[in-house]
Amino acid sequence: MSLLEIKNLTKNFKGLVALDNVSIHVEEGEIVSIIGPNGAGKTTLFNLLTGVYPVTQGEIVFRGQRIENKSPQKIVQTGIARTFQNIRLFKEMRVIENVLVGDSNNINYSFIDLVFKTKRYRNAERESTQKAMDILESIGLAQYASYYAQNLPYGLQRRLEIARAIATGTSFLILDEPAAGMNPQETEDLMNFIKDLKGKGYTILLIEHDMNVVMNISDRIYVLDYGKLIATGLPHEIATHPKVIEAYLGQEGDEE
Amino acid sequence: MKKSNTIYVKLKEFYWKNEKHFISALIAILVSLYFLNLNQYFYRVLTMICLYSILALSLNIVLGYTGRLSLGHAAFYSIGAYVSAIMQVRYNIDFFIALILGVIIAGFFGFLLGLTTMRLSGSYLAITTIGFLEVIRMVLLSWESVTNGAFGIQNIPRPKFFGYELTTANGGIYLLALVALIASVYFSAALNDSKLGRNLRAIKNDDFATTMMGVNTNRYKVIAFTISGAMAGLAGTIFASMNRYIDPNTFNFDTSMLIVCICILGGMGSIKGQLLGALLLVSFPEILRSFALYRFVVYGLILLVMMRFRPQGLLGSLSTRPYKFPRGVKVKEEGIGGEPL
Repeated sequence: MSLLEIKNLTKNFKGLVALDNVSIHVEEGEIVSIIGPNGAGKTTLFNLLTGVYPVTQGEIVFRGQRIENKSPQKIVQTGIARTFQNIRLFKEMRVIENVLVGDSNNINYSFIDLVFKTKRYRNAERESTQKAMDILESIGLAQYASYYAQNLPYGLQRRLEIARAIATGTSFLILDEPAAGMNPQETEDLMNFIKDLKGKGYTILLIEHDMNVVMNISDRIYVLDYGKLIATGLPHEIATHPKVIEAYLGQEGDEE
Repeated sequence: MKKSNTIYVKLKEFYWKNEKHFISALIAILVSLYFLNLNQYFYRVLTMICLYSILALSLNIVLGYTGRLSLGHAAFYSIGAYVSAIMQVRYNIDFFIALILGVIIAGFFGFLLGLTTMRLSGSYLAITTIGFLEVIRMVLLSWESVTNGAFGIQNIPRPKFFGYELTTANGGIYLLALVALIASVYFSAALNDSKLGRNLRAIKNDDFATTMMGVNTNRYKVIAFTISGAMAGLAGTIFASMNRYIDPNTFNFDTSMLIVCICILGGMGSIKGQLLGALLLVSFPEILRSFALYRFVVYGLILLVMMRFRPQGLLGSLSTRPYKFPRGVKVKEEGIGGEPL
């Protein structure tokens, strides 16, 4: 059984069909990319996956559980965490605090524990902070733990977003255009970083515009255009797929 | 320029290292004021500074941490005062039990307001909280059988602590307010460093992203209002016992605005800022009593200048202090954080 299985997913916004009968599956340990021109419905798909919008039709099955139309909290608890197209860090909080918020569902103590700073409180805070530090260390942000998120360089902010998502306890990450706005060096670092994540056992679903990134790190690629799935396959198949070329570059003799 | 800068940095580091001593010294000074037998007027001003500090700390949880503006905090203040006063005058309940009831009931109203406004934000939220304040005021005015209407409640008994009567004149009320303030400061600081405080601040930074991290933001918004209401209620119960007379007009929109001004002037999110703000804005009218006419002009001017040149408030800027890791966390790299800016 696949880790994530999206079956015949459809989403209408009033009259507009943003996603039309899309089926996608992701296996454990894969990096799967979704590409497509602007407005193809990629981000809509992510928003449906993470419970931002209700779905119009279709099923989303994650680890054998139906998750469509569940609240974002429930979906995070089943093990899906995401990053955002425009970086959405908690800017005026410390790097480590950003990660701790990601971990907050795994911290358990009562209000009374907090007020009296009981042993339970101290243990829970210590364990969580240690876990957050370990995550930061594993992705090379440990020396910035005390910084405010807004003061990190752009590339590292992207990484921090991923760290925050990892802290929710998930092994399935969905990344919304992680390379957007990066310079070539940052992009290169990011690619290696994502490959490392795969090596550590994370499964990754990715929206990306940067073809260099997509072609280099994806195991499989889905192509969306006007809400429809127009092609799917291995990177080299997609690169030469006539429909994909048409969607991106236009049809021959299209100009009138 | 650079040199003075390093001295400033060194002073700050010195303070961070010895913060506990500084705080103990400050508390010692404040407590010693009680033994100095100052005059009644002075104690009254000091008590008001303490009470407004508590109110500002209470608003700070909603406005400073969670980023949600409430213009109705005087309502919680009045609920605390009325509950405590009614319990004591009508039912002869001991002050300290009345205090706890006042805090609980004010907290409950905070819960209700939080529940009804959890989906609102910005100016919609602010307007709703003003409405809440007016509703509470109207109920206090009209529910004569309980609140005695516009006449207010008189002859609120003086609190007794093991037989010792606490009054404004002997400084007992001041001491009581000080203890409440210290508890509020401790609580605000504990909250800030905990999961609860972090999630509240995350909501202020980015509500949507917080939701997507699996945090039930609506629940946290309600919790923030509940705690905040309870704290403001605490200030109210002490106020009732100090003033010994309350009526619905003691707690109006101006009171709410003063709390908001303290919070903004002191610096949203900063605990020290709330104390400084309350000290300045409560003592200011007293100092300028001889220019009573121009008081509000100066007042407005200060806020105007603040907004132009230091919108984050006096002490509201992000702390450059290295993050305080809980004891026992292994941090491998040297000099973690350094200068966070």
